[in-house]
Amino acid sequence: MTAETATTAAPRALARQRRRAATARFWREYRTHRAGLFGLAALVLFALVALTAPLTVGSDVQSVTDAPGKPLESPSLHFPLGTDQFGRNLLGLVVWGSRVSLLVGLLAAVLSVAIGALIGVTAGHFRGWYATVIMRITDWFLVMPTLVLAIALATVMSRSLGTIILAIGVTTWPTTARLVRAQTLAVESRPYIERAKALGGGHWHIMSRHVVPNVMPLVLAQTTLIISTAILAEATLAFLGLGDPTIVSWGGLLQDAREAGAVSSGDWWYLVPPGIAIAIVALAFTLCGRAVESVLNPRLGVSR
Amino acid sequence: MTAEATPALVEGPAADPGDTGSAAGRGPRARTTTAYLRYVAGKLTGAAVSLLAVLVTSFFLFRLIPGDPVKFMTGGRPVSAQQIAAYRREFGLDLPLWQQFTDYCGKALTGDLGTSYQFRAPVLDKITEALPNTLLLTGTAFVLYTALGVYLGTRSAWRHGRLGDRLNTGLALTLYSIPSFWLGLLLIIVLSVGVGPVPGLFPTGGMESGGKEGFAYVLDVAHHLVLPVVTLVAVEYGQTLLVTRSALLDEMGSDYLTTARAKGLRDDLVRRRHAVPNALLPTVTLVFVNLGRTVAGVILVETVFSWPGLGGLFYQALSVPDLPLVQGLFFVFAAAVIVMNTLADLLYPLLDPRVGR
Repeated sequence: MTAETATTAAPRALARQRRRAATARFWREYRTHRAGLFGLAALVLFALVALTAPLTVGSDVQSVTDAPGKPLESPSLHFPLGTDQFGRNLLGLVVWGSRVSLLVGLLAAVLSVAIGALIGVTAGHFRGWYATVIMRITDWFLVMPTLVLAIALATVMSRSLGTIILAIGVTTWPTTARLVRAQTLAVESRPYIERAKALGGGHWHIMSRHVVPNVMPLVLAQTTLIISTAILAEATLAFLGLGDPTIVSWGGLLQDAREAGAVSSGDWWYLVPPGIAIAIVALAFTLCGRAVESVLNPRLGVSR
Repeated sequence: MTAEATPALVEGPAADPGDTGSAAGRGPRARTTTAYLRYVAGKLTGAAVSLLAVLVTSFFLFRLIPGDPVKFMTGGRPVSAQQIAAYRREFGLDLPLWQQFTDYCGKALTGDLGTSYQFRAPVLDKITEALPNTLLLTGTAFVLYTALGVYLGTRSAWRHGRLGDRLNTGLALTLYSIPSFWLGLLLIIVLSVGVGPVPGLFPTGGMESGGKEGFAYVLDVAHHLVLPVVTLVAVEYGQTLLVTRSALLDEMGSDYLTTARAKGLRDDLVRRRHAVPNALLPTVTLVFVNLGRTVAGVILVETVFSWPGLGGLFYQALSVPDLPLVQGLFFVFAAAVIVMNTLADLLYPLLDPRVGR
């Protein structure tokens, strides 16, 4: 009895210990990538700004009816970034817009990577006609111009955040699927998979216990990289007027600015902040993704 | 079909870096022509199937757009039921969906893509009208950003880890993260509208001022071309730079470079004659894929600069929605990517004899 509990408890403790050690090792390596640290710091900052937005600016910042300023005021002490065509405080709008842009970026990337990982793992695990068919479909999605397809999907569906997330998620998964499938094939050729099969491990056991944990690091790095693509795509779709017009996002702000004639009247202060915000967040996610990638796969030759 | 789709192509150059001399110094290649022809046939069939699939998708995808195209055509004016019926007959919208589909496919195969609702002109005419403008814009940008990306990527890799490399990579990654339309708008404000003491140096949009002929016309178009091209180059060169850089970094430790140096060759020659030709091989795939992508990605830049090309047309057609035009353009954009991918696949084994057989 005691011996039995010892053998079931010990491996768990051992696994936990190893996982802790691996995390510590990962962090030690990651810390040496200066660009990755910069990206991480920027992300933490933006996440704090987005999370505390209800306290700092409040949701009435997007209300058109009782706007505090006059339309299209230049930056002043009272409105550090000026006001938009309805007299709303632009600083507040940019802060409030970070919530939507980050949320859409995260959810779209999670959706995209989830589809990609599911297809990649199953296509790598089940060989035969299933893999052939599914990889044909992946290849076909891969050659479709992503932006054009996303625009088409966003046009076809109703204007909402869900539509944008879906349009981005559904069009960006094929690269992940390819990567994950390759990794799955590599994992499944190892001897311990044969051992697991010999001991009676079924498809589900092998995929969930052996393949997925090995694929996870790759998926993590891929998610970080796709988030920055997704944030850019969200801004693009919103700029083309395909987003939800009632929701403030960075891309939407840029579209508002263009429609208010900020370009022809030279109101650069209206256009600059949302664009810089998009660029910083997209860059931060890219830097983090590259740092994670080079920690996990030093052969890639990504410099620090 | 792209780099990920054909692992053999990606792994090729890295598989045995040891025994490769410079590509220029190789004798006649031992290659069986029939094997290559079989490879070509396979790739071409794949491309044809993809094109057909795109044709089918573009038909069904855009039928899902909610709303009645006739309503858009009449612009909300009150019209009689007879007029609506006439519109429906004119554009074949009264037929059952499957019949519309077979008509569409049959016509598409003969090059007839239908009639635009918006312009009342054949879609093919609208596309061939706008295509040269798009090709001028993307072609110019493509040549510039590929040259810039390869040049800077090579320099970056050769001096990797130094300040110059870090600045280069940092700038490329930053520009890569910038939305192209935003950069375009900023350039318009600063260089066309003018901020403070800066006068407007370039036109805000369009392709020509009109009323010019001969050489003056060429200069005028070139003047209009500057800002859109700068925008495209700025956002696109980063990827080429990064791929060239990592491809060259992969080659850097190779024995044949040590040999070249041991022979006493100058550093410059080792780079240009030995390392770069090998490192460029994986970049070739990317270059072609990029060209296809740029044709599709030009939508935003053309919209911002009101360039009369395919991208601007797509944006206009989407807002109606002008189904035949949207379908036709979607097909053209997807076809550009497919054709370029196929070209890259066909060219690669010719450039790198280690791959393919």
